[in-house]
Amino acid sequence: MEERSAEGTDPSVAGTASASAEGTVIATRALTKRFRGGQLAVDGLDLTVPAGSVFGFLGPNGSGKTTTIRMLMGLIEPTSGTARVLGQPMPRATRAVLPHVGALIEGPALYGFLSGRDNLLRYDAADPTADPRTRRTRVAAALDRVGLTAAAGKKAKAYSLGMKQRLGLAAALLQPRRLLVLDEPTNGLDPQGMREIRSLVRELASDGTTVFLSSHLLDEIEQVCTHAAVMAQGRLITQGPVAELAAGARGRLVVTTPDPGDAARVLKEQGVADLVVTETGVSAEPPDRELAELNAALVTAGVRVRGFGVERASLEDAFVALTGEGFDVAG
Amino acid sequence: MSRAEAGAEAVRVEDTAIRKPSPLWTFGLFRSELLTTFRRWRTIALLAVLAAVPILIGIAIKIETRDGSTAGGGGGEGPAFISQITNNGLFLVFTALAATLPFFLPMAIGVIAGDAIAGEANAGTLRYLLVAPAGRTRLLLTKYATTMTFCLVATLVVALSALTVGALLFPLGELTTISGTRISFTEGLGRAFLIALVVAASLIGVAALGLFVSTLTNSGIAAMATTVGLLITIQILDQIPQLHALQPYFFSHYWLSFADLMRDPVYWDDLVRNLGLQGLYAAVFGSAAWARFTAKDITA
Repeated sequence: MEERSAEGTDPSVAGTASASAEGTVIATRALTKRFRGGQLAVDGLDLTVPAGSVFGFLGPNGSGKTTTIRMLMGLIEPTSGTARVLGQPMPRATRAVLPHVGALIEGPALYGFLSGRDNLLRYDAADPTADPRTRRTRVAAALDRVGLTAAAGKKAKAYSLGMKQRLGLAAALLQPRRLLVLDEPTNGLDPQGMREIRSLVRELASDGTTVFLSSHLLDEIEQVCTHAAVMAQGRLITQGPVAELAAGARGRLVVTTPDPGDAARVLKEQGVADLVVTETGVSAEPPDRELAELNAALVTAGVRVRGFGVERASLEDAFVALTGEGFDVAG
Repeated sequence: MSRAEAGAEAVRVEDTAIRKPSPLWTFGLFRSELLTTFRRWRTIALLAVLAAVPILIGIAIKIETRDGSTAGGGGGEGPAFISQITNNGLFLVFTALAATLPFFLPMAIGVIAGDAIAGEANAGTLRYLLVAPAGRTRLLLTKYATTMTFCLVATLVVALSALTVGALLFPLGELTTISGTRISFTEGLGRAFLIALVVAASLIGVAALGLFVSTLTNSGIAAMATTVGLLITIQILDQIPQLHALQPYFFSHYWLSFADLMRDPVYWDDLVRNLGLQGLYAAVFGSAAWARFTAKDITA
């Protein structure tokens, strides 16, 4: 699976073909972290994030996503294995790499007694490559980008969770970045805020920034990501372009009818496998034949067909197919 | 990814570098650190408490001596300086420093130093400073420099508050040293400033200890409590005669040697021992803090 994702970017973001279109932005080899208590948080991770992608990093809570991100950002030393970010080894090259990386790790962290603007000024002062002469302008631009200009003078402790999340994002956008690492960026946001973040992520990606987005929300990944990796219990289960991952799982034939029993009987006679009867109808594995014939057979048999079609496989179906268990299983 | 690709990537990182870090950027971080520390409500409160101590001492002495009796009542049993305050307000500076050095000042330093790293870890801001990337060594140095600045500011707050109260409540003028010689008010003022510097320097050891404790935990409160607890323990141990052999290594052992600056000529031995001991604490616990912080997994 490494080979598949290592070869270049998804065509849909090929328009961003600037300097960073080829190559790999994040590459880990057998990356492992065992905490002092003996707990194996990340186990032999081989992750490859192509440049220019919007990379979804999926997994239930406790699956090792955040530990991986912390190792990539040089906050945690791996027990074994290597991690390269922007082609340089981490955590050794933090000084050269991190100015090009904007990060939101495990939610925002702010100085409650400082205003939103002063929080950003402080974080910017900690970046050795940030020019103090343009600091105020860049802070204002970042605040504007996340829609916080009006609340910039307010103390951060008075911010709502959504506003804090936006301020955290603004801190990641203080400089032009080559890589954005966003850990659960829509946590605490209302649906409108989630939409705004998604469109911001798309906008950044179209500027050529690689976005590494961790989430436990499958539909979020499906909506914005070109590539994805799935983790469970510290191990990488799969990675690759989202379209390929979803294609791995077959869609379902869904018949909506008030006569599910009759429908199931007819479909079984027609040789359709894996029938599941529900209150509103029947679902089954789609057969390799003309579906219209099936529909005709149902109608001929007197089944009142209200809906008939194949539902595309979602990432969740792919996940269930891969792990044999639901997504909400905690690691 | 092949080695060649890795090399190409590495070159690009430098090509697209936004700006070469200015050698002065560390001062930018230091400035930001100072602003952040001194805008904290807690810092202001600590300084206010310290400023209140000389005011209380001054008023208490003024009330006690209203009827013309001398301060310290019990006939020369009080601190060396306190009985002189009614003659010269400048002595309130020495008295106030002698009163705050054993506990109030080091406690304030313990709070600031203990909170330095652990407080940022507790709030989660540490991880964002480190991915900025502030650099662990630089961040630690900045934190230490800020704590030292606080030592100086805190001492000066006590001294200036005492000088103001002393000037308002009592006469100023020539003063008598501990040795009995008389020096001019200007020279006395100069010695007061020197004493304030020595008192600030006496706190270097506690500051280094507090910073080291701060790298051990992710709880600011725990780090502050541990540092202040250590301070109290050392002060108590310093009073136990059986520990005589160990006492010269306690950071607080030579603290009150600053009074030797009021001798004529100045008696330097204990002053030098004090400063040497503080330097030793700074070196030992500074290195320990560095070793711990640069190798630590930041999980908060």
